[in-house]
Formats: sequence, C-alpha cells, structure tokens
Amino acid sequence: MITSTLEIVPGRTITQHLGIVQGSTVRAKNIGRDIAASLKNIVGGELKGYSELLGESRREAFERMVQQAEAKGANAVLNVRFTTSSVAQGASEILAYGSAVVVE
Amino acid sequence: MEYLTEIWQILLVVLLLMLGYGFGRLAERRHYRTILRREEALGDLIVVCSKTLPEAAGAPATRLVMGSVVVSVDYFKRFVAHLRMLFGGRVHTYESLVDRARREALLRMQAEAKALGATMIFNTRFETSSISKGQDKSVGSVEVLAYGTAVIP
Repeated sequence: MITSTLEIVPGRTITQHLGIVQGSTVRAKNIGRDIAASLKNIVGGELKGYSELLGESRREAFERMVQQAEAKGANAVLNVRFTTSSVAQGASEILAYGSAVVVE
Repeated sequence: MEYLTEIWQILLVVLLLMLGYGFGRLAERRHYRTILRREEALGDLIVVCSKTLPEAAGAPATRLVMGSVVVSVDYFKRFVAHLRMLFGGRVHTYESLVDRARREALLRMQAEAKALGATMIFNTRFETSSISKGQDKSVGSVEVLAYGTAVIP
C-alpha cells in the first residue's frame, strides 16, 4: 500500500479512482488529571505521555483508513490529510482521510 | 487568622511564578539548543510544500512521514499571557512556545524520513491543536503535527 500526501505516484499512472477513504478514532483526554502532566504545567516542557497517546491514536486512524482502502481493492491512498477536532469537552477525534486509487 | 491564609495564597502564587520562570526558561533554552543542533544536522534534507516533483527526480519511491509533539505551557507563560489579555498585543511567551513545538515536529518528521534514506520531503503540512481548549483547571498545551511525503531516490 502506497500512502502519500501527493496527488500522484511518481512514474506510475492512476488507472482507477475508488473514492474517499477515511479512518478515525476518538480519544478521551481526561488523563489531564495526570499528576505528571499538571506538574509539567508549572515548569513547562514536553508532555511525553500526551505525545505518545496522540501518536498512537493517529497511527490507529491511519491504519483504519488503510484497511478501508484495502477493502475497496485499492493499492494506494493519495493526498492524505489529518485533522483533529474536539467532539466534546475532554475528547478529541483524530481523522485521517485520502483518495483510494489503483495505480498500475 | 484570615489574612494569614491570604498571605499564604499570595506566597504560593509567587512561588509558582518563580518556579515557572526558572524551570520554564531553562527548559526552553535547552530545547532551543537541541533544535538548533539537530536543524544543522538535518539541513541537507530539503523540506518543501509544493505538490509536484521536479522532472529530474524521475520515479522515486515515496512514503508518508510524520512527526508530532505536545509541549506544555508553564505557569509564568500563562500568567504573562493573562496579563497581555488585558491590554492586547503580541503574546511573546506563547509565540516562542508554538515556534518550538512546530520546529520540533518538523525535526521529528525529518528524522523519520532520514531513517528511510530520503533526500526530500514534499507537500509538507502542519496541523496545530490545543489539547484542552476551554477547559478550566486543565493542562494547557499545544500539539503540532507535521506530515509530508518523503522522496526516496
């Protein structure tokens, strides 16, 4: 599976467009009660726990998108985008989407 | 008796401010130092926002790469920002925070691309979100994601 933020695959032609595919995951962020994180809020610095959590959920959203593309019979997802939105207070949705295509 | 608790509260705020100022500046300075060092080390990896590859590139392999970071505000930065909100204007303390986060995310993306043996990254995009928007008494932080397409010749 080729994934890319470009609209083309260099050197190969797109033979079929299979439409938009997406994957998302909703995570609660209320580990905000984390003692380490609130301590960090006084002294500043990177919140490693949050970095990992978000990286993980983004990977999951991405994987789901790739699975959907595979189910459609695509071999590449082009023009991939990520967005984050807050669904409710304390929870956020991470969405990955792109166009599923068949390249020869 | 009552004024004693008030004094105690004021002392606590002053203490937190000093902690935030001291450690926050230390963390920021240390972070900037590593950023500058790594930016130099990864300087040969070209990052662009354009969507089309130059024709000379031929038909290289491409891979999606990304890097993200969550950086926390400190007590002092937040205090200064709250003061600024009374008068308006540039909030320098937050500017340096998001600048650091963005450069760090970019560097992590570059490091991932470098590990794949890439020479360029195309169509790079940034996404910024705040973790706890509008929530009182919660952790204030900014998340930056950088992603793009690594070109592996």
